[in-house]
Amino acid sequence: MPLSPNRLPDAYRQMLVIRKFEEAIRDLYMGGKIRGSFHPCVGQEASAVGACWALQKDDYMTCTYRGHGQALAKGLSVRAAMAEMLGKATGCSKGKGGSMHFTDPSVGLLGANAIVAAGLPLATGAALASQLQKQDHVALTFFGEGAVNQGVFFETLNLAVVWKLPVIFVCENNHYSEMTVSHETTSNSETYKRGESFGMPAVVVDGNDVEAMYAAVEAAAERARSGGGPTYIEAMTYRLWGHMMGDPEGYRAKEEVARAREVEPIVRLGKRLKELGYSQSDLDTLNAEAEAIIADALQFAQNSPAPKPAEAFTDVFA
Amino acid sequence: MPVLTYSQALNEALREEMQADPRVFLMGEDIGHHGGVFRVTKDLIDTFGPERVRDTPISESAFVGLGIGSAMAGMRPVVELLFMDFALVAADQIVNQAAKMRYMSGGTLSVPMVIRAQQGGGRGNGAQHSQSFESWFAQIPGLITIAPSTPADAKGLLKSAIRAGNPVMFIEHKLLYSTKGEVPEGEHIVPIGKADVKRVGRDITIVSYSRTLLFALEAAEQLSRQGIEAEVIDLRTIEPLDMDTILESIRGTVRLLVVHESHTNCGLGAEIIARVYEQAPDTLITPARRLGAKHVPIPVAEALEDAVLPQVADIVKAVEEMM
Ligand SMILES: Cc1ncc(C[n+]2csc(CCOP(=O)(O)OP(=O)(O)O)c2C)c(N)n1
Repeated sequence: MPLSPNRLPDAYRQMLVIRKFEEAIRDLYMGGKIRGSFHPCVGQEASAVGACWALQKDDYMTCTYRGHGQALAKGLSVRAAMAEMLGKATGCSKGKGGSMHFTDPSVGLLGANAIVAAGLPLATGAALASQLQKQDHVALTFFGEGAVNQGVFFETLNLAVVWKLPVIFVCENNHYSEMTVSHETTSNSETYKRGESFGMPAVVVDGNDVEAMYAAVEAAAERARSGGGPTYIEAMTYRLWGHMMGDPEGYRAKEEVARAREVEPIVRLGKRLKELGYSQSDLDTLNAEAEAIIADALQFAQNSPAPKPAEAFTDVFA
Repeated sequence: MPVLTYSQALNEALREEMQADPRVFLMGEDIGHHGGVFRVTKDLIDTFGPERVRDTPISESAFVGLGIGSAMAGMRPVVELLFMDFALVAADQIVNQAAKMRYMSGGTLSVPMVIRAQQGGGRGNGAQHSQSFESWFAQIPGLITIAPSTPADAKGLLKSAIRAGNPVMFIEHKLLYSTKGEVPEGEHIVPIGKADVKRVGRDITIVSYSRTLLFALEAAEQLSRQGIEAEVIDLRTIEPLDMDTILESIRGTVRLLVVHESHTNCGLGAEIIARVYEQAPDTLITPARRLGAKHVPIPVAEALEDAVLPQVADIVKAVEEMM
């Protein structure tokens, strides 16, 4: 079943929440309010929302340090995410995990990961648990195209196929790994072919098209749930901002980024909504709603207490 | 003498060694045109070309392994890991391969290779990007482990490491890169395995290295205002450990505190103090102490990270308690 056109306004609002979340973080970061790393997902909102919305709440997911949007789309509270960014006690990991480790098992989010490709076997392990427990949960793991050169990528794809595990591999191909153009360090940059070579269905999807993403993941989830095993999805997208704050972006031309802005997910979905008969003022309303959600989260996070130093010593063991 | 940052000093060492020895080449992520995320390899690709300054895929296990293989076949690779935390992705190559090749081959093979990376916390980079592994590396026979604290030592030790003829874990600290200091031009060599007395004092010996060495010096300044004169020893090399310098110092000060950022538990402090009690049993008049990270993963929020990592105030307090 495709994403119903009735839900497209909600998807638009969700993508705007993600975009504005990252913009708010950028402003806080510039103001010296955020420590450590921040890897924005601006431009990649459609694959996050399309993929996550095609899953059930209790389906599992792992994502990467560039996974704020994915975590929010899966259902992580915007307040808890914002508080985590500000290192507050009310953050989703009580200020311990930070930007690269958003986690919320109540919505199936088994953690973002700061080690490239490390999330693949973790999600696949959750899929194994689902299979062993005879449940019909599936697991989805997001990774970048840079992850396909890690040994654990190959090891995991093989096991997933051999054991017919209900897992969906979603490669968000944004063309760059840090400051490197990925095809310069990858033998065959059409990464779906790697998935294919292990004997699983592998598809390339326009990752900036929320409906296409939804359809691809929904089909993969259906297949996984009915015992058909894993699927590989390569979502073609583009990272509109730098790899991280302070990235001088010397590796790409401004014109390239400008061109990408014309086909970015939010612009795209805005056009689509208008084709469907929504007015500009409808879109403005959705925009205002997204803004209110972020303003509320910011206020919540800013008014939250910092964790007490003693909290550093809890949560090490069960 | 020119004043350079820690990363400029490392850059100078790489440049000089690459100029002097055509066998030296570099591999790592974003080290070429980008010049390294921490700018250590800045502009080297312009001088030496992409053949000798090689951008790798995100394949730590493979490019560390290729480094080892190339070293066994006559090259002198310097491999950069973006964060020392990623050494774990390449752990088999480092521990089972590089460290043991010479021994397992009865001395017929050697692995003249340097693995450089920055480590440590203090910047809120989180549990998978803030660890300190030197105590763990020091546990592996066959690895030399180095952790300089100043730009001059960074340059002199990197040059020595490249020439060492053995696998070297060369540990930098993410919060040292922008620190500045005088660095001798040209052939400036700091020997491996030789500690340095960075401050002379009569009342207590503080042994440290890398970033906490700067903390120890700052603590020593504060203590001096209360009339306590600390001698501060910069180990510079973790393995092999320069016990002679430590023993000589504590014969005068009769008190010993070891400070490091890696976890206290089974850390280098434990090793140093055990050796002091074995090698100079009756020297200390008060029990030796150690300060390191508390036994939890490194958290992000400032209040939490500060509680876990040793701070200047912790050093001052420990010394006061020992007087
Ligand atoms: C094992 C490992 N090596 C290196 C890094 C440093 N690093 C962080 S992000 C990144 C680039 C990853 O690129 P890609 O997989 O394409 O994902 P993107 O960042 O574009 O989302 C690198 C090399 C890391 N986190 N983990």
